[in-house]
Amino acid sequence: MVSPSTPATTLSAKPAPAKPLPYRSPPPKATPPHPSSLRAWLAKARLTKKRPGSGLPARKTIQVLVWVRRLVQAGCLALFCYLLFQTGFRGSFASAEARVRLPLPVEGFLLADPFVGAMTLLSTHTVYRGLLWSLGILALTLVFGRVFCGWICPFGTLHHLSAWVFPSRYGKGSKRVEANKTHPVRQRVKYYLMYAFLAASLAGSVIGGLFDPICIAVRAIGLAVIPAAQYIAGFVTTAATATGIRQVQFASDHAQDFLAASVWQTRQFYFHQTWLIGALLVAVLFMNRFIPRFWCRVLCPLGAFLGVFARYALFGMEKDHAKCTDCNLCLVHCQGADSPQGGVKWRQDECHMCLNCENACPEDVIKFRFLPNRKSALVKPDTGRRTAIATAAAGAALIPVARIADVIDANYSPVVIRPPGAVEEREFLERCIRCAECMKVCPNNALHPAFFEAGVEGVWTPILIPRIGYCEHSCVLCGDVCPTGAIQKITEEQKMGIGQKPISIGTAFYDIGRCLPWSMSVPCIVCEEFCPTSPKAIWVEEVEVPKRVPTAPAAAAPALPSPDGHAARPPQPPDPALAGQPPQPAPALPEPPKPPEPPVLAEPPTQAHEDHLVRIKVQRPHVDPSLCIGCGACEKVCPVQDKPAVYVTSVGETRSKTNVILLEDTDYNQPS
Amino acid sequence: MDALSRRDILRRLGAAGLVLGSAAVLARARWDQGGAASLSLDGPQVRDYRKRDAPPELPQLVVARGTPSGDPANPRLLASDPADLVRKAVGALGGMQRFISRGDIVVVKPNIGWDRTPIHAANTNPRVVAEVVRLAYDAGAKRVIVTDASCNEPNRCFQRSGIWKAAYDVGADVILPSAHRFRQMRLKGEVLDDWPVYTPLVNADKVINVPIAKHHNLSRYTGAMKNWYGLLGGRRNRLHQNIDTSIADLATFLQPTLTVVDAVRVLLRNGPQGGNVADARDMHTVIATTDQVAADAYGCQLIGRKADEIPYIHMAHQRGLGTMHWQNLRLAEV
Repeated sequence: MVSPSTPATTLSAKPAPAKPLPYRSPPPKATPPHPSSLRAWLAKARLTKKRPGSGLPARKTIQVLVWVRRLVQAGCLALFCYLLFQTGFRGSFASAEARVRLPLPVEGFLLADPFVGAMTLLSTHTVYRGLLWSLGILALTLVFGRVFCGWICPFGTLHHLSAWVFPSRYGKGSKRVEANKTHPVRQRVKYYLMYAFLAASLAGSVIGGLFDPICIAVRAIGLAVIPAAQYIAGFVTTAATATGIRQVQFASDHAQDFLAASVWQTRQFYFHQTWLIGALLVAVLFMNRFIPRFWCRVLCPLGAFLGVFARYALFGMEKDHAKCTDCNLCLVHCQGADSPQGGVKWRQDECHMCLNCENACPEDVIKFRFLPNRKSALVKPDTGRRTAIATAAAGAALIPVARIADVIDANYSPVVIRPPGAVEEREFLERCIRCAECMKVCPNNALHPAFFEAGVEGVWTPILIPRIGYCEHSCVLCGDVCPTGAIQKITEEQKMGIGQKPISIGTAFYDIGRCLPWSMSVPCIVCEEFCPTSPKAIWVEEVEVPKRVPTAPAAAAPALPSPDGHAARPPQPPDPALAGQPPQPAPALPEPPKPPEPPVLAEPPTQAHEDHLVRIKVQRPHVDPSLCIGCGACEKVCPVQDKPAVYVTSVGETRSKTNVILLEDTDYNQPS
Repeated sequence: MDALSRRDILRRLGAAGLVLGSAAVLARARWDQGGAASLSLDGPQVRDYRKRDAPPELPQLVVARGTPSGDPANPRLLASDPADLVRKAVGALGGMQRFISRGDIVVVKPNIGWDRTPIHAANTNPRVVAEVVRLAYDAGAKRVIVTDASCNEPNRCFQRSGIWKAAYDVGADVILPSAHRFRQMRLKGEVLDDWPVYTPLVNADKVINVPIAKHHNLSRYTGAMKNWYGLLGGRRNRLHQNIDTSIADLATFLQPTLTVVDAVRVLLRNGPQGGNVADARDMHTVIATTDQVAADAYGCQLIGRKADEIPYIHMAHQRGLGTMHWQNLRLAEV
């Protein structure tokens, strides 16, 4: 890095292996400039470099453009990751009263996704807020074709990278050429998927979000890759701590602090059933070994959607078939499997506009330009009309079939607790694209991708699992990042019910057989302490209850048969200072592992009557269903670890007019 | 098959012997004999940050109050700057330099338990925290750390309590309770034994407890000693089953250099979280003391309780952690 020209030299030397030469290029341009004018510029500044094979002079412009594309790809992937890392609340020095919002539009890539826009337009007949940005990508497609796929899409870039880093050793040379030729049968699949998803949207469910590449990227990286990386980092920290060396501990603590402040959060996040999301990501990346950019070519419905619009693109390829020597260098580098080689027609709808072919071509066969003649191009997707109609019909039919299964109408699941601000379930399914932004942003790790809890239609839609995390009372971030309005952008006043009725997402219930004060005469009421509403939805009733104090076996006199052991011992008055204390055995230090108290059944039955019964005061919790908002804080903090004694179910949620308990919440006059 | 050469036989025997030998060495080195060997017999662990000297001319418990309104019909205290109250209280106790030595790493432990704003009086007043930090720096502290292990989501608690900004503005290190900052430790208390402990609080030179006085539905009143709940990680919701002994155990484990109780605004009902502005009342009071038991014994009167009604104060007194008879201490009101 001594001379400023050094990095540029290596830059230009890489795509075409030749001797490096001083590199003087125009400043990189953000969009591909007009090729013909560039050619004129090149004619003037004719350089000495020759292309291998033909000996024609090297064309710097296209080399530069390919590098610009690589930089744009890297930049978009980096931006995507940065926004994903920022999808979480990390606190700030804002004043105590400031509203907590994310400073960045972290859902930006989703807002720019035209497939999401189209699906929600078909399902809700509206374009929600920021989704208008998706027109930008559509406009770009109408000018340049599928540049989104080749230049912008972060998921596409991941596939581009993994096809480059992990190629099969059998996938070189002629094998690679063969793999990159157009395979119409498999490449049609994405169109059929796209039509099916659009028809399903029209039928009322945007299940296409399962296959949208941006949704997949957010979901898989946000819910699987980042938490897994944090988990591994946790092992490293534990190991560093175990070394006992101060410097190592210091370094690892600070590394963890840095990562917690930039990549993940201060605590480990867990996501329900996320192994499948992670495994599918690995699987689809692994497919690049066999079919380069398998996802983009075969499955991606967004790519197919853009492919449909690419036929109107103003920019495209012209081929001079006469010059082609069938060297197949274009095919070696082709990303979209769009037939760039001579002798066949170019497939505009499949092309990612990566420009690799023009860069690789030694004979000037391939030229990208504005308003090209379309003599050797196929612009329309190569799909069978009947199959397209059949798949669309299948997609539309899927929704009623899924709804005949009982989950939505007849047998709504108690565990489908939707985030606060979520719209009514049917409308929710019209909007939720399963992008997992809400789950990523939730500061308490409360939102999780559903598996089949919400039916087959609801796979990976958000549900709240209070045992893992509760809904923070003053937090509205999930609605803030939701790109489609499945969770509305509510205010703190609406959510907490300041001057209005609060938004409820469910109701808490006590399992009094497991509750410590209810059935075990043990004081607790952590639930009441955490109940955030004011007045508290959980209220306590102080009662005096009997508590058994087992007589120590050594002190126990020989069993005195007593007709009524309980009545024989008068209840002891509660000790005022120690009310609420289970009597402790004398503190013994160190305490050897005591033999367990002999179980009552193992003893003669009379032994039980030797126990004291004392009366102690406990506070027994109750729920007021008209005040409970279902946040689940009580369930989260209940000390009965495995199956909590207080739990939240979805009944009583504000968004539903049917899933209610109380008569006064059943408001049939509300417009739907 | 050819006959084996002697060399080959020796080599194979040697290899087999080497594998067996190294396996034996490894197994012996990592042999878990089971049984009671893993039980350690150490005495109880404590972190005692108290200063040993107690100059007889200095008070042991200082109560700083705002000026009385002078209106007999409305005997309230006039609003006064909480920072002034802290300065007066600590000053009467001998000044911060009595407690902090030059170069100390000082941990200030406010209550940042809840996602509530200062008006709700569920967390320590940020201006009280900031003033304690400033005094510690003025007394020569090398580094002042402000931290707590919150109940609600920590980022939100730290921001919305106002403590993050207030402490940062006066130069404190605000540390969020990350998972990697908890280490398993044996407290060897009566009910608390093996718990994840928040490391900044046990790796300090001096610890200043800056709790807020408030109502607590289970233990009636909480202040100084209950603030040590923020010392623990893990599932501390279980402590409620024996909340008084837990508090006494924690207070036994950690004895602070200084306790500054914030009673500028006191939550009277629905503690510890509150949430209703009407549940709290301005009291314009700050209590500074070296005796955390006396701090609670005095503080509980603010919400109309007596020390002997509150079992954990009783227990701490009996364990000799301090005295619940605050009247016997040298008391100063400023």
